Amino acid sequence: MTLTFEPETEADVAAMIADAAREGRALAICGGNTRAGFGQAVEGAAFSTRRLRGIVAYNPAEMTITAKAGTPVAEIEAELADNSQMMAFEPVDHRMMMGTEGVPTIGGIFATNSSGPRRFVAGAARDGLLGVRFVNGEGEVIKSGGRVMKNVTGLDLVKLLAGSYGTLGVLTEVTFKVLPVPRAEKTVVVSGLNDAEAQMAMSAAMATSCEVSGAAHLPESVRWLFGKNGLPPGPATLLRLEGLPESVEDRAKRLTPFMERHGAVSLLEPRESQQLWREVRDVTAFSDDGSHKPLWRISCAPTAGHQLLAALRLQTGVNAFFDWQGGLVWMQMEGDAEAEMIRAYLKRLGGGHATLVRARPEIRARLQSFQPLDAGVDQLSKAVRLKLDPKGVLNPGRMG
Amino acid sequence: MSGAIALQAPDASILARRSTIISDLEDLLPAGTLVSSERELKPFETDGFIAYRRMPLAVALPRTTEEVAAILKYCAKYKIPVIPRGAGTSLSGGAIPQEDAIVIALTRMSRILEIDYPNRVARVQAGVTNLAISDAVSADGFFYAPDPSSQLACTIGGNIGMNSGGAHCLKYGVTTNNLLGVKMVLFDGTVIELGGKALDSAGYDLLGLVCGSEGQLGIVTEATVRLIAKPEGQRPVLFGFETSEGASACVTDVIAAGLIPVAIEFMDKPAIEICEAFAHAGYPLDVEALLIVEVEGSDAEMDAMLKSIIEIARRHGVKTVKECQSATEAALIWKGRKSAFGATGRIADYICMDGTVPLSQLTNVLRGTGDIVARYGLRVANVFHAGDGNMHPLILYNINDPEESRKAEDAGNDILKLCVDVGGCLTGEHGVGIEKRDLMPHQYSKADLDQQMAVRAAFDPGWLLNPSKVFPLEGRKR
Repeated sequence: MTLTFEPETEADVAAMIADAAREGRALAICGGNTRAGFGQAVEGAAFSTRRLRGIVAYNPAEMTITAKAGTPVAEIEAELADNSQMMAFEPVDHRMMMGTEGVPTIGGIFATNSSGPRRFVAGAARDGLLGVRFVNGEGEVIKSGGRVMKNVTGLDLVKLLAGSYGTLGVLTEVTFKVLPVPRAEKTVVVSGLNDAEAQMAMSAAMATSCEVSGAAHLPESVRWLFGKNGLPPGPATLLRLEGLPESVEDRAKRLTPFMERHGAVSLLEPRESQQLWREVRDVTAFSDDGSHKPLWRISCAPTAGHQLLAALRLQTGVNAFFDWQGGLVWMQMEGDAEAEMIRAYLKRLGGGHATLVRARPEIRARLQSFQPLDAGVDQLSKAVRLKLDPKGVLNPGRMG
Repeated sequence: MSGAIALQAPDASILARRSTIISDLEDLLPAGTLVSSERELKPFETDGFIAYRRMPLAVALPRTTEEVAAILKYCAKYKIPVIPRGAGTSLSGGAIPQEDAIVIALTRMSRILEIDYPNRVARVQAGVTNLAISDAVSADGFFYAPDPSSQLACTIGGNIGMNSGGAHCLKYGVTTNNLLGVKMVLFDGTVIELGGKALDSAGYDLLGLVCGSEGQLGIVTEATVRLIAKPEGQRPVLFGFETSEGASACVTDVIAAGLIPVAIEFMDKPAIEICEAFAHAGYPLDVEALLIVEVEGSDAEMDAMLKSIIEIARRHGVKTVKECQSATEAALIWKGRKSAFGATGRIADYICMDGTVPLSQLTNVLRGTGDIVARYGLRVANVFHAGDGNMHPLILYNINDPEESRKAEDAGNDILKLCVDVGGCLTGEHGVGIEKRDLMPHQYSKADLDQQMAVRAAFDPGWLLNPSKVFPLEGRKR
């Protein structure tokens, strides 16, 4: 992609956007452009924040870090790791599933609210985000939130900006919460469960006091795409335990006999466990092989996920696995994207959020990538956007 | 109190139509829903910020979302201000009415609609009390995490309005981190649903925007909240320190060591004395500062965690370490802490500040707070959520002495400015209300505030929902 705009300072960002607003030019906003395929394609001059780079403030004892939006995620992860800290929401690296190259930025993580397996107990990227600086569609620099862990001063524009895909403002600086890296980790694997049984087993595990921090299910059909070592054969239901070594040991001892009522139990040691959860997080099983097979990300009630998949399996070619206790389904379609079918079943099962993450450009052009909104919410969302980007300069059309 | 904080002047044309409005609303609603006599309105004239009081035009006590929608539609048509209200426990004046406004109090909408353990959620009406949710699921091993001190009385709708926190938020987060969905009525009477049982919802995070919006964007009538499995055990431990500095340094070092307890509560000497006299919780009286540190898990886990915390506390001159021996003792320790505000109210009038600061600034701000209050010749008791830097200085004064009232308010403002100046914020969990409204420009630039106000206006272009709150009365943007 040829970049037209690569601002180096927040003031540059503001000036460039103010110009675009004055002249009524659209901008296609990105960071490292590794999530380029998200949402609808945008017609506009390419605008990247990748040169707004660097950690601005980090005091490990305060559990917060401030960085410019274009700072590579890897740079932040390395700095945190040196201090035995991490982003608890497990930011997703989308390069494998999207078939993209480049350097993922921290701004991109928050603009897309990309959160991994721990999200269902520790919160999403948006929950970790404490403060932002951004430039709105009129070129004004705005700050919201701050760098403290609790803040209810005024309207929470921080949450609004998180996951707004660059359509409400261009993030220039983010402050977020970090947590200590768990000193120990183990994964309890329950083998041989079908999707419905696995869902029940995961809900049962979450009802115990064992503080499970990852609950995923890999059906037989995808199992071979995961964990080159350590995983027993057959479908695998994964329950992750993290924390102080004594605590993990103790909880593994309590959880094992409890889960044996559901199926055969084995344990993964730290290295295998970490590798496996990274694969779950980054959806490497459905990496793009160049054919851009349609890939769906479904967020629904945990008990609805397996019912949705069962219904679809009778109708079409689909491969899938579950995260978040069953409430996140990653589905790769063998043929058509089947957007209507998926959204109709999802509605019947109590609703949720089906996003077409990947598809060939001509399919994306034809379908709505994001879940269509109810009329009232849609109207409100458009009104909110008009207050932040009245001229429609920022990523117009990205969210449909 | 002297009343330095202004509310909007009532609209004379609305006051003139008072009896018509009342009879129209009575026609619109089932009998007994609207109250309008002076005696019945009296309990609604203020909230937990008792220094200010104003009588509303009338109070509606709806039982359904449809009734809320009908009232709002009427008020939108005739441009009548509306003040949403839960239990009226706001410490920042978030529910204080005005003479030309209809109060919509949701306390009769207090049903738990659905408890769904496999999906770990509860769906409740907005008037359900915070504690009622945990009580309903406790026997099955679950709880609802945010636990404001007023949890026995305060409603989930009010918690959403203020994005309330509590002592256990250090581990479990505040309301916004535990809220999955709402049903809400917009000012024009439109009913919308945001979120639900899924973790992510489609489109912009309007749910995140609504949470903490202090009743300015719409009226929440139902909420879907996250349930969490109870830990195997919980153990609060008391740590008494010879100096406040020692206690704050201990907090910082515990966090820096990567140990995140469920709660770290701080009390200074005046707070310890007040709470102990009231609750007889067994707090040591020969120390300058007290930390209540709560850990949870199995015995083995708690032992391991406490061992490390005690080592750190020793490095900071801890004088007393008291582990409780029974559930009764544990409950008593929390009773002392949670009754801090009530116990203080027995000995003096007070205003409770809520600034939040970076952890590295705790000692500095505690000292600064002491200096400020001393300068005004007043007393202060500090009792707060130290683990997340959320300070609660209680400034003691006599509400019937106008001079002292003014001093208390000024001292409070100085303390909050100090919090902002060291990189913190005006309010961590109580909300801006009217109390901190006029300090907003100290934390935010004009552009920042204009942007917030513009977004607010997308929901309520006429500025009629809880209109005197959050944003300074001058320079409002539509």
